[in-house]
Amino acid sequence: MTFLKYIPKLILPIVLLFSLQACGEDDRSQRDDQEETTEAGLTEFELEHGIGPVTERIEIDDEIDQELVTKGRNIYEMKCEMCHNMEGRMVGPQLGDVMEHRSPEFVMNFILNPSGMTREHPVGQELLQEYMTSMPFQNVKEDEARAIVEFLRDYKRNN
Amino acid sequence: MKEQKSKTLRGFLFGAGFVAIAAFLFTGCPSQQGMMDTREAAQKVYVAPGEHDEYYGFFSGGYSGQLSVWGLPSSRLLKVIPVFSQDPESGYGYSEETKPLFETSYGFIPWDDSHHPHISQTDGDADGRWIFINANNTPRIARIDLKTFETKEILELPNTGGNHASSFVTSNTEYVIGGTRFSIPYEADLDVPIDSYSDEFRGALSFVAVDQETGMMDLDFQIVVPPYNYDLGRAGKGPSADWVFFTTYNTEEAHTMLEVNASRYDKDFIAAVNWRKAAELVEQGHGRTVSAEYYHNYYEGNQGYAINDIKDQVTILDTREIDENFIYYLPTPKSPHGVDVDPTGEYIVGGGKLATVIPVHSFSRMLEAIDNNEVEEVIDGIPVLNYDATIAGEVENPGLGPLHTEFDGRGYAYTSVYISSEIVKWSLETFEVVDRIDAYYSIGHLMITGGDTKNPDARYMVGLTKTAKDRYLPTGPKQNHPAQLYDISGDRMELLLDFPTIGEPHYAQAIRADKIVDQVAQIYEMEENDHPDALLRIADNRVERDGNTVHVYMGSTRSHFRPDNIEGIRVGDTVYIHLTNLEQEWDVVHGIAVKGANNAEILVAPGQTKTLKWEPTRTGIYPFYCTAFCSALHQEMQGYIRVSAEDSDVELAWRTGTD
Repeated sequence: MTFLKYIPKLILPIVLLFSLQACGEDDRSQRDDQEETTEAGLTEFELEHGIGPVTERIEIDDEIDQELVTKGRNIYEMKCEMCHNMEGRMVGPQLGDVMEHRSPEFVMNFILNPSGMTREHPVGQELLQEYMTSMPFQNVKEDEARAIVEFLRDYKRNN
Repeated sequence: MKEQKSKTLRGFLFGAGFVAIAAFLFTGCPSQQGMMDTREAAQKVYVAPGEHDEYYGFFSGGYSGQLSVWGLPSSRLLKVIPVFSQDPESGYGYSEETKPLFETSYGFIPWDDSHHPHISQTDGDADGRWIFINANNTPRIARIDLKTFETKEILELPNTGGNHASSFVTSNTEYVIGGTRFSIPYEADLDVPIDSYSDEFRGALSFVAVDQETGMMDLDFQIVVPPYNYDLGRAGKGPSADWVFFTTYNTEEAHTMLEVNASRYDKDFIAAVNWRKAAELVEQGHGRTVSAEYYHNYYEGNQGYAINDIKDQVTILDTREIDENFIYYLPTPKSPHGVDVDPTGEYIVGGGKLATVIPVHSFSRMLEAIDNNEVEEVIDGIPVLNYDATIAGEVENPGLGPLHTEFDGRGYAYTSVYISSEIVKWSLETFEVVDRIDAYYSIGHLMITGGDTKNPDARYMVGLTKTAKDRYLPTGPKQNHPAQLYDISGDRMELLLDFPTIGEPHYAQAIRADKIVDQVAQIYEMEENDHPDALLRIADNRVERDGNTVHVYMGSTRSHFRPDNIEGIRVGDTVYIHLTNLEQEWDVVHGIAVKGANNAEILVAPGQTKTLKWEPTRTGIYPFYCTAFCSALHQEMQGYIRVSAEDSDVELAWRTGTD
């Protein structure tokens, strides 16, 4: 009986959940059905490297490209620093050590597809729960996201 | 029991009566109303949630001074673009960036009366680059960019009283025109008796050149003409593309009680101006330069503060001084208001508001009359052509008070008729009325989608009416102005929808949405933000003092300001808060308001920088906050500014996130 009286209250969240999921389904169905998916409904690649425009491993030279670092730093200073510090939590997580536990492709996909990542990727969902604010898309192009990765790699090496 | 029954019966009869009356009210007089089956009409205007309209409609704001944007056929309000009036909703006219747009030779003017929006054209077709609109009271023309839907430029017109015959463009937007409704002494600030009207007063027709790349306006020349009231104007198209036609009334030259005194003559004139020839005369040095102070206000880059370019002279062509003919008067009955040119460029339709017919001039016959020198008289160097020599036909029985005409490109014209409150459809072949439909109530302009261009896209027509009275739920003694949407795709005009508008729309224009949609900006790209006080590097957020002037360079993103704690402001300071919205997502807007600021809030679009001026007069702690609901943590988007006494030694300090 006591459970029954909560049913009306439960219906709305369930409907909302369903409708939110429904929105995401378009993106998901675009992917190749043949691909093997993991428990979360993501491919191995997606689980490891994120969901977004970067769909395969990119070649990264061991040597740091300083020109790219400067480009990446400028973008970081204009578009990211409102919410991220290199050291210490701000609105979002610190970025100084991000290259230690995320792949370059993962970082790029998060920058390029933040709403998709927080909606569909288990790591994104976890981060949203922890930081409570969804990361906005900052009109960063793919080559610019690559530059930010270079800036973050360079930072990691020097700190 | 018996009584009970009779009550039920009475109730039933009453109910039936009510239904009958309601049925009559809703369906009554269908032939008169021209209202199609309600369900069919509803289907034609229904745009499903999330779907887009087929047309953008731009309605002038009239005495609101603004320009409203509507989706047609659903007739949903999309936006109000502030143009000539301050807009506390957006901070337009309150921010330091936009305030200079309102500067004129008479000082800062926070209002005007906007009448006739006109979309830029290429080869006689609306092209969707810009839309121009006139200010009637303190004569000006504004240009609105249709990438951002923002007012980018305002040009004042000197020597003009009431810029009513404006802001119509020529068929390749070579010029946008202005015309004086109230003739005034041509020389600026001339202090003369009003009854020196015929000697001292003159009319001015302005030709404003438009830069094809940037849209920037430049007052190329003015034509000085006899002191009549120049009411409306339209450029020709096709064969008549080199001409602009202006209506005149008050050829009686009355300066008091015009209601009576300007309505005495049977005919006034349509002034046909060969603008290409006039421009050539100016280029060849036939013009004269006179001094005239007027403001040209515009932005130099993508963003920043509008600047005031104060002009001090204008080139004039005075018809009394120039031997060559470049302007002719076509006699037209009677105090004509509108003048409209059909899609072929051949017919020039006058709206003789006191006339019993709609006079239609022929452009080709006009040229013949000029060649054959069929001139009745010459007024101040302007030949008056013979009426019978230029007229192509008169539409009989058009109703009382025909005003404005647009065209469907299928051989028909549609004229609004004010006094009898109707629209008449007539044939350009036979000049006979073929259909008429009521307007609710007292129609001014009408507009057909593309109806003033070479290629009308004539599915819908909008009638812009002057009084609502009983059309909607009553809202007091003053009701908003109505508009009606008609389907004109068939043989008969059919009323689809009736809706209230913003301000007092005079003229309106509509353009197929696909001509604009793809160019509309979703954000201001941060990389292109060239505002001198933009926060381009987040770490550069700061507060700087220069004497009693303090500049705050602030950034915003969901959901905080940087800096959000500021100390060291003093009573007597003038504080400029330059807020850069660092968001780069479509439609994520932040605003700022400071307690006690004698100003409006300032809304800042993504990637934009705007400046709020604040002059604190009392010590204390001043909260400021984001006025736009931007995120789940919007309520947290706030800050504090400490204001100390004038002689305080509290150091200037600012910080974010270091409690």
